[in-house]
Amino acid sequence: MGRTLAEKVWDAHVVRRADGEPDLLYIDLHLVHEVTSPQAFEALRLAGRPVRRPDLTLATEDHNVPTTDTLAPIADPVSAAQVEALRKNCAEFGVRLYPMNDPGQGIVHVVGPQLGLSQPGMTIVCGDSHTSTHGAFGALAFGIGTSQVEHVLATQTLPQRRPKTMAITVEGELPPGVTAKDLILAIIARIGTGGGAGHVIEYRGAAIRGLSMEGRMTVCNMSIEAGARAGMIAPDDTTFEYLAGRDRVASGPAWDEAVAYWRTLASDPDAEFDREVVIDAASLTPYVTWGTNPGQAAPLGSRVPAPADYDDPAARASAQRALAYMGLTAGTPLAEVAVDTVFIGSCTNGRLSDLRAAADVLRGRQVAGGVRVLVVPGSMQVKAQAEAEGLDQVFEAAGAQWRSAGCSMCLGMNPDTLRPGERSASTSNRNFEGRQGPGGRTHLVSPAVAAATAVTGRLTAPADL
Amino acid sequence: MEAFTIHTGRAVPLRRSDVDTDQIIPSEWLKRIERTGFGAGLFAEWRADPGFVLNDPTHAGASILLAGPDFGTGSSREHAVWALQDYGFRAVISSRFADIFRGNALGNGLLPVTLPAETVEALQAAVEADPTVEITVDLDARQVRGAGVEASFELDDFTRWRLMEGLDDVGLTLRHEERITVFEGTRPAWLPTSV
Repeated sequence: MGRTLAEKVWDAHVVRRADGEPDLLYIDLHLVHEVTSPQAFEALRLAGRPVRRPDLTLATEDHNVPTTDTLAPIADPVSAAQVEALRKNCAEFGVRLYPMNDPGQGIVHVVGPQLGLSQPGMTIVCGDSHTSTHGAFGALAFGIGTSQVEHVLATQTLPQRRPKTMAITVEGELPPGVTAKDLILAIIARIGTGGGAGHVIEYRGAAIRGLSMEGRMTVCNMSIEAGARAGMIAPDDTTFEYLAGRDRVASGPAWDEAVAYWRTLASDPDAEFDREVVIDAASLTPYVTWGTNPGQAAPLGSRVPAPADYDDPAARASAQRALAYMGLTAGTPLAEVAVDTVFIGSCTNGRLSDLRAAADVLRGRQVAGGVRVLVVPGSMQVKAQAEAEGLDQVFEAAGAQWRSAGCSMCLGMNPDTLRPGERSASTSNRNFEGRQGPGGRTHLVSPAVAAATAVTGRLTAPADL
Repeated sequence: MEAFTIHTGRAVPLRRSDVDTDQIIPSEWLKRIERTGFGAGLFAEWRADPGFVLNDPTHAGASILLAGPDFGTGSSREHAVWALQDYGFRAVISSRFADIFRGNALGNGLLPVTLPAETVEALQAAVEADPTVEITVDLDARQVRGAGVEASFELDDFTRWRLMEGLDDVGLTLRHEERITVFEGTRPAWLPTSV
């Protein structure tokens, strides 16, 4: 029987296999940031162990960093201490670090791909659940906890149970105005937040093939919101075109050898998946979340659902609680929900094409009175590219704030937060209670919907402007 | 890691589904660079409500959490496990755990026990009726007993052995260091490096 993409990458990384034990997998790239690494480095220090492969490890400062006045010392002493700990650990253990204000700094899942470090067929881990982003390249990429960060630092391997496989085939073509973000929100709404549990998802089909690499990263990024271990897309010419010529990508005969290998990775025609889901792309419209988990999403053109719509008692209770937290009434058209803040950025939607999509909507328009709009590029390189295209001027002319790179309001570990009761339209990945600040209410949207929402002050699709 | 063989204690019912790790330990708490002291931040937002179940004095000292389905979704933060342990929990029982949370729990000796939803509900109802009832989580026998319930749970032999011995993975893996070195010799030269 043939093998799936995930199985091929898995099999190529097994260092040791023994009956009844998890496989010991080799890790090709370990990405590190300031929040989930200090306890891991401390454990190495206590055990007197070095980092086995500093040359396969890369660190960046992203979760904590302020996005204004970045040349001043970090005002929050606890954040400052954590960033300082990362700098000290990287210096002591010989790990390459992109610190604040470095042209290479940015969100860890934006930095890896832009350098060309995330390549097909690799195993990639990071102490961050959105590591699934790198699966867009046909890599097996997944988030890990701090004890596993320590394990990879010490051994460059990870003991893992072989996951199940799931195919999500998106047939047809996405209609105009429907983006990768709308697609993944629709997928999570369909399969649920636990729908992918224990599985690696492979996204396939014409609509997936038609996505740019940045669109593919948006889709794979939110695989974790469906509970999946990882999300992957088979590498193709779109992938190779994106990689060619990037900083850390081979050239000459080595490139040809790599591409020849990458072309063997696609799932075999007779490969079997443990589970298959088919989505019709043509049926999709812009999606937004109404509740407090990413599965609680609906078409922007629909209404806030009623708890009674759900047969499952747990889902009904969850909807009830979500409506109370979100301050929403069942039956309200989603397009009538007014927001206070719009956040454009994050590892889901903080890349150049995302900023272009938002700028295209805002060009020549004005942000609605009383609405705060933050535009936070995913990396310093994205920031520089956007500024070279004049996107910063489009945002500022419209009344939006143009910031420096970082995770920012996606999780509110830096000063960019929602106040209690404040409501946002956010291009990030999680609408959990308090995610963007205690008491804050989050609606997940695409960059285009975020920008249109900024103009009207209520959830709006660009087509309705 | 503290070994886990058998644990008997009182339980607290958390009747909510999709409890994400942002709720278990809010991001404000992630700025600490230590592994300890996270218990005070456990369910911090929810504990601000006096009616929240963990604030109910009849459940004080409970060491088993009876959670709803899809417990531990979202962020990979291991701080969620450290917070549950620091607060005093030794085991969490749910009908389904998020993968990363489950891995983090197993790595720290917090036992994630998967039981059918109706069994978890029966346990929750029993504890709500009588908060003093004790539940036994027996890893050796892979069984949960008490409150009128006797249910088996699945856990592979290797993980069970590792938990019962209290062994950490790094030490186990380093016993195979030679094989790692051999594998490294087979990696293609075109693979990228960070330096």
